[in-house]
Amino acid sequence: MSTMVKPCKCATETKEELYYKISEIIEDYRGKEGSLIPILHIAQGIYGYLTPELLQFIAEKLDMPFSKVYGVATFYSYFTITPRGEYTIRVCLGTSCYLQGGKKVLAQLKKQLGIEIGQTTPDGKYTLEVVRCIGECGIAPNISINNTSFTQVDPDKIGEILESLS
Amino acid sequence: MQSLTINNKKVTAEEGMTILEAAKKNNIFIPHFCFLEGIHQVGSCRICVVEIEGVKALQPSCSTRVKEGMVVHSNTERVKKARRVLYELMLSDHPKDCLICKRNQTCEFQKLGELLGIEEYRFEGEQSKTYVDDSSPSIIRDTSKCILCRRCVTVCNEIQGVGVLNVQGRSFKTVIGPAHQLPLNSVNCTYCGQCTVVCPVGALQERDSTHTVWQALFDKSKRVIIQTAPAIRAALGEEFGYEPGTLVTGKMVTALRDIGFDEVFDTNFAADLTILEEGNELLKRLADAFAGKPAVLPMVTSCSPGWIKYVEHTFPEELDHISTCKSPHMMLGALIKSYYAKKIKVDPKDIFVVSVMPCTAKKFEITRPEMKNGGYPNVDAVLTTRELARMIKDAGIQFKTLEDSRFDSPLGLSTGAADIFAATGGVMEAALRTVYEVVTGRELPFGGLHVTPIIGLEQIKTAEITITDPVEAYKFLDGVTVKIAVTSGLMGAKQLMDEVSSGNSPYHFIEVMGCPGGCISGGGQPRPTNNEIRQKRLLAIYSEDDHKQLRKSHENPFVIKLYEDFLGEPLGHKSHELLHTHYTKRNHLVDFQECAETIGIR
Amino acid sequence: MTKGMRIRNLQELENVRKQYDEKQKKYQYRVAVCSGTGCISSKCEDVRDALLEAIDKNGLAEKVFVSCTGCIGLCSLGPLMAVYPEGVLYTELTPELIPEIVKSHLVNGEIKTENTYFDVKKKEHVPHINDIDFFKDQVRISLRNCGYIDCTSLEEYIARDGYQAFARALLEMKPAEVVREVKSSGLRGRGGAGFPTGVKWESTLNTPGKEKYIICNADEGIPGSYMDKALLEGDPHTIIEGMLIGAYAVGATSGYAYIRAEYPLAVERLDIAINQARKAGLLGVNILGSRFDFDIEIRTGAGAFICGEETAMLQSIEGLRGEPRQKPPLPTESGLFGKPTVINNVETLASIPPILLNGPAWYSAFGTEDTKGTKIFSLSGNMVNNGLIEVPMGVTLRKILEEISGGMKDNKTFKAAQTGGPSGGCITSEFLDTPLDFSSMQKIGTIMGSGDFVVMDEDTCMIDMVKYFMEFVQEESCGRCTSCRIGTKRMLEIIERITLGEGKEGDVELLEELGYTIQETSACGLGQTAPNSVLSTIRYFRDEYNEHIRNKHCRGGICTDLAQVSRAGKTEGQPCKVLQLTTRR
Ligand SMILES: Cc1cc2nc3c(=O)[nH]c(=O)nc-3n(C[C@H](O)[C@H](O)[C@H](O)COP(=O)(O)O)c2cc1C
Ligand code: SF4
Ligand code: SF4
Ligand code: SF4
Ligand code: SF4
Ligand code: SF4
Ligand code: SF4
Ligand code: SF4
Ligand code: SF4
Ligand code: FES
Ligand code: FES
Ligand code: FES
Ligand code: FES
Repeated sequence: MSTMVKPCKCATETKEELYYKISEIIEDYRGKEGSLIPILHIAQGIYGYLTPELLQFIAEKLDMPFSKVYGVATFYSYFTITPRGEYTIRVCLGTSCYLQGGKKVLAQLKKQLGIEIGQTTPDGKYTLEVVRCIGECGIAPNISINNTSFTQVDPDKIGEILESLS
Repeated sequence: MQSLTINNKKVTAEEGMTILEAAKKNNIFIPHFCFLEGIHQVGSCRICVVEIEGVKALQPSCSTRVKEGMVVHSNTERVKKARRVLYELMLSDHPKDCLICKRNQTCEFQKLGELLGIEEYRFEGEQSKTYVDDSSPSIIRDTSKCILCRRCVTVCNEIQGVGVLNVQGRSFKTVIGPAHQLPLNSVNCTYCGQCTVVCPVGALQERDSTHTVWQALFDKSKRVIIQTAPAIRAALGEEFGYEPGTLVTGKMVTALRDIGFDEVFDTNFAADLTILEEGNELLKRLADAFAGKPAVLPMVTSCSPGWIKYVEHTFPEELDHISTCKSPHMMLGALIKSYYAKKIKVDPKDIFVVSVMPCTAKKFEITRPEMKNGGYPNVDAVLTTRELARMIKDAGIQFKTLEDSRFDSPLGLSTGAADIFAATGGVMEAALRTVYEVVTGRELPFGGLHVTPIIGLEQIKTAEITITDPVEAYKFLDGVTVKIAVTSGLMGAKQLMDEVSSGNSPYHFIEVMGCPGGCISGGGQPRPTNNEIRQKRLLAIYSEDDHKQLRKSHENPFVIKLYEDFLGEPLGHKSHELLHTHYTKRNHLVDFQECAETIGIR
Repeated sequence: MTKGMRIRNLQELENVRKQYDEKQKKYQYRVAVCSGTGCISSKCEDVRDALLEAIDKNGLAEKVFVSCTGCIGLCSLGPLMAVYPEGVLYTELTPELIPEIVKSHLVNGEIKTENTYFDVKKKEHVPHINDIDFFKDQVRISLRNCGYIDCTSLEEYIARDGYQAFARALLEMKPAEVVREVKSSGLRGRGGAGFPTGVKWESTLNTPGKEKYIICNADEGIPGSYMDKALLEGDPHTIIEGMLIGAYAVGATSGYAYIRAEYPLAVERLDIAINQARKAGLLGVNILGSRFDFDIEIRTGAGAFICGEETAMLQSIEGLRGEPRQKPPLPTESGLFGKPTVINNVETLASIPPILLNGPAWYSAFGTEDTKGTKIFSLSGNMVNNGLIEVPMGVTLRKILEEISGGMKDNKTFKAAQTGGPSGGCITSEFLDTPLDFSSMQKIGTIMGSGDFVVMDEDTCMIDMVKYFMEFVQEESCGRCTSCRIGTKRMLEIIERITLGEGKEGDVELLEELGYTIQETSACGLGQTAPNSVLSTIRYFRDEYNEHIRNKHCRGGICTDLAQVSRAGKTEGQPCKVLQLTTRR
């Protein structure tokens, strides 16, 4: 194994360059009260996840303590500090889904993907999460994959769903 | 005024008061925990709940306002049961380490448990937080002991304006700490220690130095010299049951001798010295400015290392404004290991200097690489007031029975100007006493030499002094109005520095103390500290000053002698080498890259 | 309505409706294809495309109008399509079925019965909506447009009297009069607490302030509820109109709609509607030439149930952690950014336009003495027909279960129904005849909640369900109060132990003691109700607790599955590596 470390782009790019998209957005929000959460949503939309560095950058731009911004980001379960896969699979464990087999769906997905909740497959393809109701409770159990819902999921048919993704 | 009933007693309370305040005013004690008078009220612990007739659930008395006709009960079975269960819940997420905990016997949580008569563990389960952050030379954070009262969050954010500590995560996993659970030494913590003063438990504490100091005392080859800061004498007594504001200078010196320190010096001596150096620095800057030479004004004081670390992180571009004077105890340390070492013919390597400070930031200050001369650190260990009290107790000394004694000579004599260093506004006043006299040849024209507008606990205080009829050398200052500002606590410092960095500061000279009220309520001072106690310590300090024969630093005979024998003149070559320093630009931001490289992870 | 056209006054609003009606006259049929998320997940889009294609092929474009509607209510039988004017409901459609249906129904006028709704109990097809048990006793007031109009069309909304109520209020009534009407309608908030809406509006109106806010609470966090989602997706203009009326009544100049992130389609549809309303001049400045200014901003939540609590929502909109505030002061006195603020639930707001349009007396004729009007219930669990229904308050649970839904699935026995979400309570069979309204529900030890109604059959293990409920409230606790943060965790641990066969004598009593303390000492509704599921199951299913604890037996056979379904919780990310080295134990 080579010990050579690939030159890192982050090291040569300034933070401004790296985060120019989010800087522009923060500029748009300037002077507007309470814009932190929309900004975090957009930042996560752009970069996929919120690294501590990115959060620190946002904090600095908004003239807020880093620890406060981090405290907000870690309060909300939609914000993630670790990279997500190409597909975020959220298994619903709301009341109806739990009652109607959500646990089995979850177990099957864990088995099939070989990961636990909150983890991402090594190939970076799937992230497994749990959600508490996506509002399709009448047709449980459900999962949502990148915001598309799949209802009345049969644990045995999960393979088909995964295949249909690409 | 509103009338209400608490525990069947008819009482009155002012409108807007909380039930807890109303009860206290009427000598009814309602157990409470997270609440901190005048500082903090978030209603997180729920221990203070009471029953209010007509209201369904129990209500937190610390955050419920009184209403006319309210009927409150704090001792019903319902309340007592709830209080117990709440306590047991906190206990279930807390290590039972009292015997090996620094807060043993001084812990608010422990006291509360004793009060409630808790006798068993019924709800043991998973622990929410388990790590210890001992990365900082000043503050140790043991998250496992944190009961999430959030006092530190309020202090760090709203009083100090630093915002290193905040609430992270949610539900059972909620923790208090820096972002990303970063170690304190990688973020912009000022080490002011204000959080350690308010923490009710052992979750935030100063790093212990008593062991190091004992070790030095046991080491026969070491000459162990101790110095005490101006603020200690007005607060140490509290640790031994004295009323706040009792001066215990003489007993303190005796206790230090009894413990076994070879010399007991007074940091105050160096405070006088600081005035001469800093006063002259100010005059030089003023002279340069009026001569059209480049000069950086306003000049800002430098004796508070909490403030220094803050400004290095927050205003790294404005460091030229900071006086280059080391803080007094560093000056004294440097002199002990040079001037005094020579005098007593001891190799500085065999001298161990201990400073007793009101301050946690000073534990960090002594580790700064620039605080070394001739290869030796100026000061070897810093004890806080609280630690010193522990050592005295540990040594079996009955403090209250001690006779008074005096500091050792020659580094033990000081003027009243040095005493007031301990309080906000004090350094400024001391400097003015000297500078004004140097410039005009006359005494500072204020009653009792006190610059009244800058005394007290307000956040920012300002004053103007117009100079008339100066001595020949300072003719250029004739008619000049010198503008000064004083602040304590870092919130005010930020305001003043924002003006400085935008070029709009109207001032010539600014005093900043890192802690609200100055060192009298530093991060290493006895708990609790509140405004009432601050005021009492402040009065004690001023009365010490008022009773001194010598009240102006330049009149300190030993300081004069020191210049004659050793230093030459203020701002001279020797001073520059021993008494002055420079500052480091620090990142306001965490450098994750660098961090990762240092420990080889990504 | 031509693009970019503005409605500047009442007359122009009237014109839009007239022109639209004129345009619609030529159509013989309206086919409403359900485009709610439920049906989308069963691929209604393919059905719609097939439909459009078939219409084209058969040259019906001038004869048949296709509207993509919001949830019709029977999502489990989706994709659905309703053909009007007859009101025939086709269920479980596939693109392949469409050409035949089109030919038969739309060309030849013959209902294709075999694809219409099938009643499993009666074992026959029931083609007409009005004959279907699920629909026939419904009174659709909030849901009046859902499942009928095209959910992305402003004109369709206007054609169904949309914005009439607002225009009337704005142009003909004083704010205090609007408040009076809402008050006398008896409308109680549908967000859970049942607080009289008119009273809330009145106190906001009476709190002086130049700036005030109105917030639409669309955080719908209770698992098992989806009425707010259906409204937002299916009839977003109703929400806007409700907010406009509320804003005018209380004097608010800006509004927020706080929608949970789990509802992307609802966000999208409301956003479209807001833009339409803005373009038409129904939002913005000088609305309908009246000098009334008002606009709405959408805020998406970020996965925190507690943000549905009104003061936590305020914190969240202000960009902070969603930790509830100490009350008082109430939001009506000091709310968003310290300004007087009225917060109303989606369904509450959707009821406002019909109330103003038809008068308070009309509305209060529905429902019971305690609770006027109608309520949407979202049915889920082990029933025959799950879905959304709107019924007058006062119907019994039995009626909903046995008549409307068609009874228990697979002929199992009813065990319990959970209402009010994880912190609500359960209803056992002896209470099935309770008429539904706020106080009756409370009397039997549960709460109305949002109208969620999850039915459990005999195979359900109550202890397992309770474990899930406690897991939920534990994760969603904001973490401030000792009681809620640690208390719910300890309760969960005890229950987990019980489900693992490690329960001890005395556990039930411990649970009760903890439960009462948490209820009594927590700061907000979440903590105050968090132990409800445990306390109510202890009351009704104590035997089951005892069986688990003493006999290590689970009737449902659920707790043999010892696999832990515990969510990793909020991923904190890896804490600093340096710190990990100094971990305590
Ligand atoms: C923990 C908790 C969660 C809540 N979630 C919601 C919610 O998701 N949607 C909602 O409309 N109200 C919710 N509420 C109720 C709101 O606090 C508030 O009472 C309601 O939005 C007021 O609107 P209404 O008067 O129209 O019912 C919740 C309350 C609590 C205590
Ligand atoms: S992802 Fe960023 S840090 Fe990683 S190698 Fe690329 S540029 Fe560097
Ligand atoms: S913090 Fe207090 S209760 Fe906890 S271990 Fe220390 S002394 Fe004991
Ligand atoms: S107080 Fe009790 S627990 Fe503590 S040391 Fe003494 S005997 Fe042990
Ligand atoms: S030492 Fe001061 S700056 Fe550091 S965390 Fe404590 S209060 Fe904040
Ligand atoms: S660290 Fe101390 S002061 Fe801060 S929240 Fe924890 S217990 Fe309270
Ligand atoms: S004010 Fe005093 S105690 Fe506080 S940081 Fe400064 S020197 Fe230390
Ligand atoms: S009861 Fe729970 S959710 Fe509500 S404020 Fe307290 S900790 Fe937060
Ligand atoms: S880079 Fe190092 S210091 Fe920084 S967070 Fe990671 S482990 Fe901690
Ligand atoms: S419970 Fe799963 S969608 Fe509602
Ligand atoms: S003292 Fe009142 S809640 Fe903690
Ligand atoms: S006590 Fe010495 S500078 Fe504060
Ligand atoms: S989404 Fe189509 S019927 Fe509910």
